[in-house]
Amino acid sequence: MKENTLWMSGNEAIALGAFETGVTVASGYPGTPSTEIMENLSRYEGVYTEWAPNEKVGLEVAIGASYAGARALATMKHVGVNVAADPLFTAAYTGVRGGLVILTADDPEMHSSQNEQDNRNYAFAAKVPMLEPSDPAEAKEFLKTAFELSEELDTPVFLRITTRIAHVKGIVPTGEKTESPIAVGIEKVPGKFVMLPANARKRRAAVEERMRRCAEIAEEADYNVIEEGDRKRGFITSGVSYLYVKEAFPEASVLKLGMCWPLPEQLIRRFAASVDELIIVEELDPFLETHIKAMGISCLGKELIPGQGELNTAIVRTSVEPESGGELFEAPELPMRPPNMCAGCPHRGIFFNLSRMKLFVSGDIGCYTLGFLPPLSAMDSTVCMGAAVPIAHGMAKAIGEGAHDKIVSVIGDSTFIHSGVTGLINTVYNNSASTLIILDNRTTAMTGQQHNPTSGSDIRGEAASSIDLAALCRSVGVRHVYEVDPHDVPKTREVLKEAIALKEPSVVISQAPCVLLPEMKMKKPVSYFTNQENCVGCMSCIRLGCPAISWTPFAEGEAEKRGYKKKQKGISKIDEIVCNDCGQCASLCKFHAITRGEE
Amino acid sequence: MDRQGNILFTGVGGQGILLASEITAYSLLAAGFDAKKSEVHGMAQRGGSVTAQLRYGQRVYSPLIEPGKADILAAFEMMEAARYLPYLHRGSQVVVNTQKILPPSVATGKASYPEKVLDVFKEHDIAVTAVDALDIARQVGEVKTVNVVMVGALSRFLPIDPAVCTEVIETRVPERFRQVNLQAFAAGREASK
Repeated sequence: MKENTLWMSGNEAIALGAFETGVTVASGYPGTPSTEIMENLSRYEGVYTEWAPNEKVGLEVAIGASYAGARALATMKHVGVNVAADPLFTAAYTGVRGGLVILTADDPEMHSSQNEQDNRNYAFAAKVPMLEPSDPAEAKEFLKTAFELSEELDTPVFLRITTRIAHVKGIVPTGEKTESPIAVGIEKVPGKFVMLPANARKRRAAVEERMRRCAEIAEEADYNVIEEGDRKRGFITSGVSYLYVKEAFPEASVLKLGMCWPLPEQLIRRFAASVDELIIVEELDPFLETHIKAMGISCLGKELIPGQGELNTAIVRTSVEPESGGELFEAPELPMRPPNMCAGCPHRGIFFNLSRMKLFVSGDIGCYTLGFLPPLSAMDSTVCMGAAVPIAHGMAKAIGEGAHDKIVSVIGDSTFIHSGVTGLINTVYNNSASTLIILDNRTTAMTGQQHNPTSGSDIRGEAASSIDLAALCRSVGVRHVYEVDPHDVPKTREVLKEAIALKEPSVVISQAPCVLLPEMKMKKPVSYFTNQENCVGCMSCIRLGCPAISWTPFAEGEAEKRGYKKKQKGISKIDEIVCNDCGQCASLCKFHAITRGEE
Repeated sequence: MDRQGNILFTGVGGQGILLASEITAYSLLAAGFDAKKSEVHGMAQRGGSVTAQLRYGQRVYSPLIEPGKADILAAFEMMEAARYLPYLHRGSQVVVNTQKILPPSVATGKASYPEKVLDVFKEHDIAVTAVDALDIARQVGEVKTVNVVMVGALSRFLPIDPAVCTEVIETRVPERFRQVNLQAFAAGREASK
């Protein structure tokens, strides 16, 4: 590698870019594929970083920092922008003092998401410029450009990345650290920052003028670039799709748009006129295509290029030239390998119980969404962060009398704080009897164990105040709050039964730490093991679906030969390396066939 | 393959594929190549089928390997080798850990682990080098070094001197794990002869 370069992911590069650009305040909520930006940025000196309880709060913190003159960054995954949309649309009117950049990390193909919305539409709808890099090196460079544009045009600016930029590693040149030219302090500019109607109408006009100027800048900017080549076919593309075009059609002419909103109309017209056939290559929605067609320019786009899922070089090539594919082998038929809760995961104890209680389980977003999968199959709806609680309430109201013991909602600690607590307030205020189960595993687990307002630590791992979830639930008016150890499966069942039978709101807090937390990994490894002579093959432990427990079927006659009852079909075995010492299986075994290592 | 290549790492979430692909990437970079690597984070890491895609050459554009274009498949689990056959071409090289990790349907007795799962490669003119990386890691004294054993086995098929890889391990692995990882690398390389 050359000097002054680093091997970095897009997210690491954006964090370095934020540091080099003089960002001093950054706030975000964890969400794949955006999480590592804030994690990395928190390690740089001189940058204040925080995990906000949700994306709306995160963006509002960044807006406040910008009003005070600081360069501020808010990071979130694509669906996080839905949560932050309220401040977004009005921050576009107020504009900024210090540069303000909103990082949206979209997830085409839904590797770790519940939808694949295309957030370029937010740039259009909110009238906010958007830059879109193609690789980690550009991600860092474009972040710097975004801050300069933000201050020049007095507007928030979007930086949009996708999974294949966030989690792609490449060579990234390092740069000099710069400072914002704007002084930090209080400056009262009420006509600008107070959006009551009379002021907002004036700012509305300013927004139009700013977007017109931004489009002019886009005509000349070096991030919108024509790469001249064979004129028979020209491609307009942006983001990671550019890389697929370069590889599939290295000879073709390309207009690479580093800014996907607003569009440089004259540049696009010039390029369109210079090629015989114009093809727009973009992932997800026909965003560029729609706006280019609205200019009266004829082009091909989604007639050829899929509008769902990720693209890659092969898809781009064969979409344009269907005859170009080579020999491809077919995969043999194999058992699927879906993700699974970890061995020792506290969620398993709850979902094992729920799977046997004939309930409608209104679920939420987190590792526990895996409770949907067999053998537990104990989740019946999942929509978005926080939705578990109001959906259960809405169902209860629709069904009316007798619904109280048929519906439960399940939510994680971080998701409850994100937007579940408002749903609980509604449940109490408007009085439905559904039971809420809060899975308190002391961390935001799905995205990689980030701290949150219930975990007692801040983003850097330093001590912070910790919300007492039971006290919070009581304070909003829940009279019945239970706390259970989910690893004791039968005891947990008793508590759940009692809570669900109540004809008024109740909360059950499942308390056991995530096994992936560093302090859990440091613990002396003790595992459970199977006393195979006692195993009767009842499969009680197998039905937990724990990755540490597996079933060995007997061949014909094997049971008797090994001294088991003739009808026994097999035995279970615990893999002691995989076991994480939770004891759920032992709490279910009625035949003393499972014992803890130390005992 | 020499001046450019595509390496696909596959396995089960939690096996340490990211670190293995990282050591390989740093080794190729140290040998003067450009490279890009694509990883999957988030939900799939919870025990699901996972991949890391590493491409190297004079200049790499796309971070993704096209189906039919992977030159080497480094599979950390047998079934996860066969699953990615569509990424390979005639003449590809498979380096596979013969460890079996049972997916939920097999572990709960609903399905069985496929037999002779590696035969599928021979049928397509794909060379297979199989190593028992778990056993080697145990012998080295640390079961968590399965991933570095695999890098050792893979290194035999890379256009670089193994000393480059050991230097990367020396500089990138924390000191208390360094010695055992160097041993794991050497044992993996030896086993793939």
